[in-house]
Amino acid sequence: MTPVLEARHIDKYFEKPVRFHVLKDISFSLPSGEFTSIMGKSGSGKSTLLYILSTMDTDYTGSLYLKGDLLTGQSGNELSRLRNRHIGFVFQFHYLLLDFSVLDNVMLPAQKLGLKSHEEIREDALEKLRMLHIEKLADKKASRISGGEKQRVAIARALINNPSILMGDEPTGNLDSYNSENVFQIFKKLKEEEGLSLLIVTHDTDFARRTDRILEMEDGRIINGN
Amino acid sequence: MKQWPLILGIAKTHLLTKMKSTVTASLGVTFGIGAYITLVSFMTGLNNMLDDLILNQTPHIHLYNEVQPSPEQPLQKALDFEDDLLQIRSVRPKRGQLKIHNALPILKYLKAEAGVLGATPQLRAQIFYLSGPLDLGGVLYGVDILEEARLSNIGDYIVEGTPEALANSDNGIILGIGLARKMSLRMGDRVQVSTPSGGIFPLKIVGLYQSGIADIDNTQSFSNLQTVQRVMGQPSNYITDINIKLHDITQAESMARTLERQFDIRARDIREANAQFETGTTIRNLITYAVSITLLIVAGFGIYNILNMLIYEKMNDIAILKATGFSGMDVQNIFMSQALLIGLFGGGIGLLLGFGLSHLIDSLPFETEALPTITTFPVNHNPLYYIIGISFALLSTFVAGYLPSAKAKRVDPVQIIRGN
Repeated sequence: MTPVLEARHIDKYFEKPVRFHVLKDISFSLPSGEFTSIMGKSGSGKSTLLYILSTMDTDYTGSLYLKGDLLTGQSGNELSRLRNRHIGFVFQFHYLLLDFSVLDNVMLPAQKLGLKSHEEIREDALEKLRMLHIEKLADKKASRISGGEKQRVAIARALINNPSILMGDEPTGNLDSYNSENVFQIFKKLKEEEGLSLLIVTHDTDFARRTDRILEMEDGRIINGN
Repeated sequence: MKQWPLILGIAKTHLLTKMKSTVTASLGVTFGIGAYITLVSFMTGLNNMLDDLILNQTPHIHLYNEVQPSPEQPLQKALDFEDDLLQIRSVRPKRGQLKIHNALPILKYLKAEAGVLGATPQLRAQIFYLSGPLDLGGVLYGVDILEEARLSNIGDYIVEGTPEALANSDNGIILGIGLARKMSLRMGDRVQVSTPSGGIFPLKIVGLYQSGIADIDNTQSFSNLQTVQRVMGQPSNYITDINIKLHDITQAESMARTLERQFDIRARDIREANAQFETGTTIRNLITYAVSITLLIVAGFGIYNILNMLIYEKMNDIAILKATGFSGMDVQNIFMSQALLIGLFGGGIGLLLGFGLSHLIDSLPFETEALPTITTFPVNHNPLYYIIGISFALLSTFVAGYLPSAKAKRVDPVQIIRGN
């Protein structure tokens, strides 16, 4: 079976302030439906790797495949389209559009994709919010809800286009233990019920231990779990 | 493109949540465009009025005989003295006649000519106006008054009476208003004119003429061509001037030169007659446009600043949009449409403001002795200025929005997301 995401010989350098070899010959693949976490100390390159995998960072050597298709070297517009269609992303600091309502935030990526009518997208968005038990927030402005709620809205937004893979950059890093647990359960449920592939960067060992697979990074290499 | 409603929706939300900045930026455009419309309407209105004041009293081509010394003396033609130094002292012009030779055939020819709107004969006579013990020197024009009224705006300057009244009267006169005042004459009174040769004729005042130029109003009067010919004791082919009005004023110069060659006569075109005037018009127009463009550029910088600020405030939004699959172009379009919406709304309200202000100015009373037909400030309500105004509003907001939005397009989402 084709892995949902595959990296081959990824190398990356930071040029500033001095030339620094941040990722060294990274190769791994993620089978479909697997819940993977990436762990490592600060500066081990795990976030850098995640942003390369998310297609937002294109400044690297090596090659990257999404469901068997080569991503490396695609145009910015094409990458935007693939990201929109196939990759859901959750950040540490929720990153909602604060001027918009919760529902609008969730709907935007689907409207960008443009495959469904406004009504269908609205139904989908409400469905995702319901699944995360925050449907009552739908009409609130994104700046008026709590941190834990924001993170759940961000997860709903990441799921709206039914992506092939959900990525997270320390999605629980900014949450209290109750909300962290909540988010973990949501991820677990998504994996078990929807068969979603997940790739989560985390500092939290409790969180990582309960995932299917841990990729441990140190000094720009994967030292464990490959 | 089906993405436009989405992009415009995001742009609209940004603008509405930043109402204060939006209104400030729009007001910049509004005042710029409003001031442009007001200024350009008012200035061109004034210019047109001044143009009319002078140009409508001037025919496009004026044919007459000019008294001038002969450029070539007989002695210079004599071959015997070819190599000698010839000196002739006290060269004087010979007494020529003021009458245009073959005036009636020329008139007939001109009226049939394509490009000529009309040609009118005039007889210009130096006379004295007599009233009691007073005699005032002046000029009496014998004209075909109905043709004059059709071709020029002389009718506007006849402040009492009508051109028709003169046409229907055998011995009528339309008297300059300055003359009428000096001699305390009113409509229906009689004024006597005397010719240099001594004849005295009574004429009945059927109209008063006020051009607004005192020198003209104090000396000039109009009567029928036949009446003046009779006063001067001249036959009906005695015509001293022919005024020509063309369909296209730009043809005046070349046509004047052709007529000079063709009929051996002096032909003065309108540009020659009003050279200094045209310079004034050009410079006034230049000032109008310089001021207008300055106003619009200032408005453009306002938009540039506010969009720049907006984009700094919206860095997070830009990063999220890009992370969730919006392309750089989409992001640029979002900010460009914000700029253009500001331009459209600010400009639209600016047009209304300009419309209101120019109509307000148009309704203000402006009465002056010099301009009998003008009662309010002259304003040129040309729709073209409104089209230019809104086009410039969109153009300047496009230019002002382009640089900030291009910056938004290049924003690297990873830097923003990781920087926090």
